[in-house]
Amino acid sequence: MTASTTALPLPAARFTDLLAAEWIKLRSLRSVHWALGAGALGIIAFNTNAARADYVNFPHYGRVVRTHFLSWALRDAFTQGAAMMLVLAASSIGAISIVGEYTTGLVRTTFAAVPDRRALMTAKVVVVAAVMTVYGAFTAGASFALTQAVLDGRGQGVSIGHPGALRVVVASALLAPVCALAGLGLGALIRHSATTTVFDVFVLLFLPTFVTDRYHWTACVRNALPFNAWYRLVDVEYGHQPFTLTPRYPTTVTGGWIVFGAWALAAAVVAVVAVDRRDV
Amino acid sequence: MPHDALPRDGGPVIEVDRLTKRYGGTTAVRQLSFTVRPGRVTGFLGPNGAGKTTTLRMLLGLVEPTSGAATVDGHTVRRYPRGLRHVGALLDAGDVHGGRTARAHLHALARSNRIPAHRVDEVLAEVGLAGAPAGRRVGGYSLGMKQRLGIATALLGDPPALLFDEPLNGLDPEGVLWVRGLFRRLAGEGRTVFVSSHLMSEMENTADELVVIGRGELIAAESLTEFAARGTRPTVTVRTPDAGTLAAALSAEGAAVAPYDGETLKVTGLSSDRIGEIAFEHGLLLRELATETASLEAAFMELTADSVEYLAGEPR
Ligand SMILES: Nc1ncnc2c1ncn2[C@@H]1O[C@H](COP(=O)(O)OP(=O)(O)OP(=O)(O)O)[C@@H](O)[C@H]1O
Ligand SMILES: [Mg+2]
Repeated sequence: MTASTTALPLPAARFTDLLAAEWIKLRSLRSVHWALGAGALGIIAFNTNAARADYVNFPHYGRVVRTHFLSWALRDAFTQGAAMMLVLAASSIGAISIVGEYTTGLVRTTFAAVPDRRALMTAKVVVVAAVMTVYGAFTAGASFALTQAVLDGRGQGVSIGHPGALRVVVASALLAPVCALAGLGLGALIRHSATTTVFDVFVLLFLPTFVTDRYHWTACVRNALPFNAWYRLVDVEYGHQPFTLTPRYPTTVTGGWIVFGAWALAAAVVAVVAVDRRDV
Repeated sequence: MPHDALPRDGGPVIEVDRLTKRYGGTTAVRQLSFTVRPGRVTGFLGPNGAGKTTTLRMLLGLVEPTSGAATVDGHTVRRYPRGLRHVGALLDAGDVHGGRTARAHLHALARSNRIPAHRVDEVLAEVGLAGAPAGRRVGGYSLGMKQRLGIATALLGDPPALLFDEPLNGLDPEGVLWVRGLFRRLAGEGRTVFVSSHLMSEMENTADELVVIGRGELIAAESLTEFAARGTRPTVTVRTPDAGTLAAALSAEGAAVAPYDGETLKVTGLSSDRIGEIAFEHGLLLRELATETASLEAAFMELTADSVEYLAGEPR
């Protein structure tokens, strides 16, 4: 770029400035603090309560359950209900980071200040992903520590070094940035708060349970959804557990990671490209 | 606060060249061309729906023109990776997030353009929002306060070119005076200042140059004095208890008669002498008969009469 008329050189455009600006924008909204704070409390409490229930009921469990209790312990570390809460919180934060700009009109001020919209959106993607990774790591880490501490009361807690334990924590932590980016991408496409929320819930929470795994193509759709990928990743005894059926179209751990990566990448690209040429 | 980055020969030229914007069937802006020069305040006038906001958005790179070009200093704004040091703008005072404080809003914008943080306090002080108001959330601001925040945003990058869309909306008389002084000062510093309004009276004491549009097309681009000289047909104000009869009589003589209120008529096309004679012939009592000198308002109304899109309260 040439700053032709101006006599003094203007400072070069730096990407880190955009990162800093997006970080200021995210942390200066009280609603974000509330959503994240309440979400984290809910998630951790939900998981801890599941562990507490197992702690209370443990003496009444049968011998088979007791010998296979590992999968229970790791399931309590991050329960399905907590994962749903995380999906909701993360996708909402991702969505409002862009939809909030459109619905308030702030987007015009933002784009006038930073006409390089792709750089701006890339910065938004990076900041949202980073913040939500930290958030996911915190909620998943705290949940793991607390639930296993509770189960230790029965001598059933596992350490993070236990095979599969780290995967449960990492997959649960990464569910947050993946869903936040999905919310951001959908938000950039849709640009209306209510519609974006409906779509987020539909794609991230409703479809994963609604789509059957009976046919090959529906199983493919099902397995390609982030929530189901998470479920596969945290199912440490997948295929070896005496209580559940092996699915007809099984998936792999690698497949789960790939689904996470593909959603994050695709959503990021959509967010960056979708806003570039549209009028605001 | 002289702009140390301003070139000696003043700010950049804003150039609009055969600019067209269509929204489906409606053409908001049609083949519009004009130039805005530095060192003076240029008013951008047109009735509601004339295409002022659309033009300003195209200038800022927010709306993509259907054809034609809008440039600041020879470049479309989209070519500048960061905008605030090139063009400052207040489009709509509501273009902020109500959940943030004014200070956080400006801080984020400053940071994105690598503008030092002390600039935030400077512009807040300049628009009269320093101190406690700057720490409050914008959602609780009055329209006038939001307008001031918008002006602070425009000034943040100390830019050589500034665009303002209806900046006087919601300001109290003191605020209006202040904004006029600010525009004068910015232009005096050699900057290019482009201010839109749909009210001629707002421009009368603000602008040196005018760009007048109607229905998306250029009507006039000239100095304020040249523009005022266009309003040649004087308007005569007549007050009579029998306005209906007089209106009919004057119309019969070929005058254009606009009822002003129950007793008052605004007449063009006839001299006050002739109107007095006609009233006398009809035995009508006149309570007032006055010729108004050609005003800017009249020139504006006359020129845009054909292009006004939304007429309200027109008697049928
Ligand atoms: N996004 C849009 N979609 C469809 N039509 C639009 C859009 N934006 C503007 N228009 C139309 O373009 C025309 C010009 O609108 P614009 O807002 O530019 O006028 P304006 O001169 O700013 O008017 P005002 O004085 O009321 O602010 C209007 O007829 C408007 O309805
Ligand atoms: Mg407008």
